[in-house]
Order: sequence, then C-alpha cells, then structure tokens
Amino acid sequence: MEDLFIGKYCHIKNNKVFVDGKLAFAGEETDVLKSFLKNLYRFLKPSYNKFFKMDEISKLGFLATEFLLEDVDISKYEEDVALIFSNSDSTLITDNKHQESIDEDVNFFPSPSVFVYTLPNIMMGEISIRHKLKGENTFFIVENFNAELLTNHINNLFLTNKAKAFIGGWVNLNFHSYEAFLYLVSKDGSAIHSAEEINRIYTNIEE
Amino acid sequence: MEEKSWVKRIIMPYFISDNIISSLGFSTEENFNSLLKGEVGIKEIEDTEVYPDKFLASTIDKSRLESEFGKLVAKYSNTKNFTTLEKLIILSIDKSLQNTEVDIKSGKTAIILSTTKGNIDLLDKKRSEKFDKNRDSLWKLGEVIANFFGNPNEVITISNACISGVIAINTAAMYINGKMFDNVVICGGDLVTRFVVSGFMSFLSLSEKPCKPFDKNRNGLSLGEAAGTIILSNLPPKGKQKIKFRGGASANDANHISGPSRTGEGSYISIKKALIEAGIESDKIDHISAHGTATPYNDEMESIAITRHSLQSKPVNSIKGSLGHTLGAAGIIESIILLEEMRNNTLLKTMGFAEIGVSNDINILTENTEKDINTCLKMASGFGGSNAAMIISKE
Repeated sequence: MEDLFIGKYCHIKNNKVFVDGKLAFAGEETDVLKSFLKNLYRFLKPSYNKFFKMDEISKLGFLATEFLLEDVDISKYEEDVALIFSNSDSTLITDNKHQESIDEDVNFFPSPSVFVYTLPNIMMGEISIRHKLKGENTFFIVENFNAELLTNHINNLFLTNKAKAFIGGWVNLNFHSYEAFLYLVSKDGSAIHSAEEINRIYTNIEE
Repeated sequence: MEEKSWVKRIIMPYFISDNIISSLGFSTEENFNSLLKGEVGIKEIEDTEVYPDKFLASTIDKSRLESEFGKLVAKYSNTKNFTTLEKLIILSIDKSLQNTEVDIKSGKTAIILSTTKGNIDLLDKKRSEKFDKNRDSLWKLGEVIANFFGNPNEVITISNACISGVIAINTAAMYINGKMFDNVVICGGDLVTRFVVSGFMSFLSLSEKPCKPFDKNRNGLSLGEAAGTIILSNLPPKGKQKIKFRGGASANDANHISGPSRTGEGSYISIKKALIEAGIESDKIDHISAHGTATPYNDEMESIAITRHSLQSKPVNSIKGSLGHTLGAAGIIESIILLEEMRNNTLLKTMGFAEIGVSNDINILTENTEKDINTCLKMASGFGGSNAAMIISKE
C-alpha cells in the first residue's frame, strides 16, 4: 500500500480566506456572511449559476472547494474521490428558516427549495455536481473539529480500496459564527496524512 | 490480484444482535412477524401539531414507549428528562444489548448514531423549554446517549440523508476490520415531525395511500418513524445464525440534489464497489432489499442500477409499503429485516406492490417465499445525489 499525503488546504473564517495558511482573499471585516460570500464569488468568478440558489452553508463549502481545486485536477479520480465532511451545527440556519415557515398554521408556507437544504450532505451533493465527483460521501456531526475521526475514516476508505483521493474537513455555520476548513488527501503532497498533521494545519494561519 | 488478497485477510464483522422499534412492534421478532402477516403500519393521522391537515404516516405507540422506557430508567436509576427520540434510541440500544456479552461501558465499544434530523421537534419553542441549550443539536444527542450508557467514547452521528443508516453500518464495519473497536453499536432513529412532514408535503412527494414501491400506480412515499439498532462484533454470536458484513460503499450521482440519476450511476457504482470489497461477482447475490421509496424516480432509478448489474432475475423487496420511509433509521431497520429474512430463509413480499411499474422488468416479490439465501444486497439512495450499498453473507 502506498502512503497518503496531505495536499492543499483552505480556511475560510472571519471574512478571510487562507490557502495553505497564506492569505488569499480578505473581505470587508464588517460584512455579513451573505455579502462576504457574494464578494468571494465575484473574486473567484466560477460562472456557476447554481451557486445562487444554494443556502449559505452550501455556498461556504462550495467556495472553499473552488479554492482547493483551482489548480488541482482531481477529475481523473472521478468515482474514487471521497468527500468526508463534518460540523457541529448541521444545517441549523436553514432548519430555522424552514421552521419559521411552518411555525403557525395561519402562515404555513413551507418551501421545497428551503427544505432540501436542511440536510448537511446537500453541500457535498452540490460540490459533487460541480466537480463531477462520484465517490464516497459521509457527513459526521461532532461537537468540535475532530482530526482523528476524519483521518481514521479516510485511512479506512483508502485501505479498503474505496477511494484514492479525498476532500476532508469541517464546514460549520450557526447564528454567531462560521468556519470552513477543507483539505486534500491523495498520493500527492509533502506531509504524510496523520491526525497530528491535520491538527497542525488546522491551526496554521499566517495572519 | 494484490488487492483481492488484501481484502481476504481483513476481519469481516458479525451481526450479533439487533432491535427494531416501529409502528409494527418493539422488537425485531414482533416486526418480522407482523411483516410476515402482511401488516401495514401506515395509517391516517389527525394531529394538527404535526400537520394542519390529515396525513398518512407509520408512527410508534407512544404510550407503550413511555411504559417500557419507565421500566428501563428505573433499572438504570436515571431520572433526567429525555426527548421522545432519545427515549426511543436508548430503549432500542438497551434491548439490543440483552443476551449479548457486549460491555457498553468499554472503551473498545463504539456507538454510532444515524439520523437526519434528530431532536428537530425542539426547534418548536413550546417543546424546547424543558430541555437544556443545544439539545436540538445532533452532537448533543450523541452526548446524551453516551452519558446514559456510560460509554467513554465520543458518540459519532452520521447525518447523510436517507443513506445515513447504510453508511453507519459500513463505517462500523471499517472500525472493526481496522481493529479500532471490538464491538460497534449502530443506532438509527428519526421521528415523524411537523418539520419533516411539511417539508415532504411541500415537495409534493407524499402518497395519498400507503406507498406502493415499484408499482405501476405508485405516486409517492409514506413517512414513518422508527429506531433500530445493530451490533457488529469481531466475534460471532452464540447460538445464532452467523451472518457477516462482506462489503459496503457509497457513491454520489454528481447529477442533481433532489432527484436521482436517470442512469442509476451512483447506485451502480456503490454496488460495484461493495461487490469488489466482498470479492464476489453479482451472480452470487440471492436477494436484494431495495430502498424502494415508491416515488416514481427513485424506483425507476433502482431498477436501472439493478439491471446494469444483471440482477434483474433476483428477488427484490422493499418494506416501505408497511413501515414507510423512516429516513435515518431506514438503512438500519431494513438491514435488520434482511438479516431476519436470512435467518428464517424466508423472503418477504413487497406490500403495496401489484403490477410492475418500472421500465426494467425486475423481480419484485409478490408473495412471502421460502428460499435458501446466503448472500444479500442492501441498497439505499437519498437527497444530495447520495447512494449506498452493503453486502452481507452467511458464514
């Protein structure tokens, strides 16, 4: 068995984007997430109309993946690319939006285009469509970022021949904050794939 | 060649115990016997707290839940407040632990939960008052379950739409064959709530009659609530049919977030990878438990994936005609029924099915059938273009 290596990684938080720990985009500090994401989309120019119908957490995961795959050709792995995502708040914001539309019988008006986004794996579906990725999908919910959980799962999928390349990480959104941290794992990279190294890059941001 | 020999060396876990709590009963046996008799748990419900109008669903007897849970907490001398879903999950796990030697308090025992929406009914302010902050979070659900049983590991929740249950079993199997844990308790649960019923209603995807998987006149799904628990172990069960996990995988259609692929792409790939892990050709499959939601597109897609693997002559069923779509519990309870079919060498008919209504002529079971079955396939598909497959065999 060959070893797995960590490739590119991307953080998005506090209206800034870091790629491999280095600042790649800085939005207005006072922007709300919606405006920040719009500006980030304009900066990346993916020309992808489906973006505008996504909920905010899907947009966040989608844009982090755009940075990650900007100059990486992962499509050769097609059905061997696994997406292993996690967070703590599932789809809290969109859940509340759906709940508001059904709270009272008099104002009962649920929308299918909101409801479909009340599943955290929808974000992985959007990314799969965009980059034509047909491999494994798993969405874990845990209280805090858990490098061991993700590393074990990725290693297990690799050892059982179910995937060769991976996008792992954490995409979370609640009423107070948001954070995306995604990374590539495959046979290409410099650091050996381990929970220790994932924890190191998770905190590696050169402000 | 090298890949295949590696696969043969790893330990494939055993299914040692299980439990289902649904509209048709509070044990695997009660559920299986009801299904044998052709009972349908999907009923008309009038409950304006859940939906302003009448609707159909398969729901659990809540007074029986309270009574059985009351006896259970007395045993554990735990007096905390629990939500309906927590009670269901705790009761199901406790029942599955009976007659096993699994030490739930051991560091070598993991618990994995499978749910789409967990305690989502707590988003309604009237219901959340009794509970602490974060109780509607899925990680908190895991913490409550870990604390109740005194399990030292972080309980992992998988929330991956309607394939959560099958992915949870696949994940547990990798934990055991990677020697990370000796036993994994996998519990899936979801409730019929205002949140979910109104969402599916808005999609116009609910059937006006109990759903009819693969039938010509099928016109949507029926919702259900259930909890189900499977225990996978590195050691075989005592005095019980030895059935092993053989292979499992998931795959994305990369096509649409709320509709399945017209070519059954993701489903096809997930079955292909599960067969590779199992080290078998598709002709070794004796029986298929389909996802079979009874929506026009899902069933059509599954018939295509089945046919692409040349499995169209193999007997197929879906138990959703009796128990409805139980979301995060579906993959677990349907796998348990599949285990029970294997233990009894009896295949269950598909309730609601009369005449084939998919373009590929697959073999949907119309009668309960006695048959020696050794190797079976479980299929699952869901929103987000997600698909999963699992293969199990008698030893």
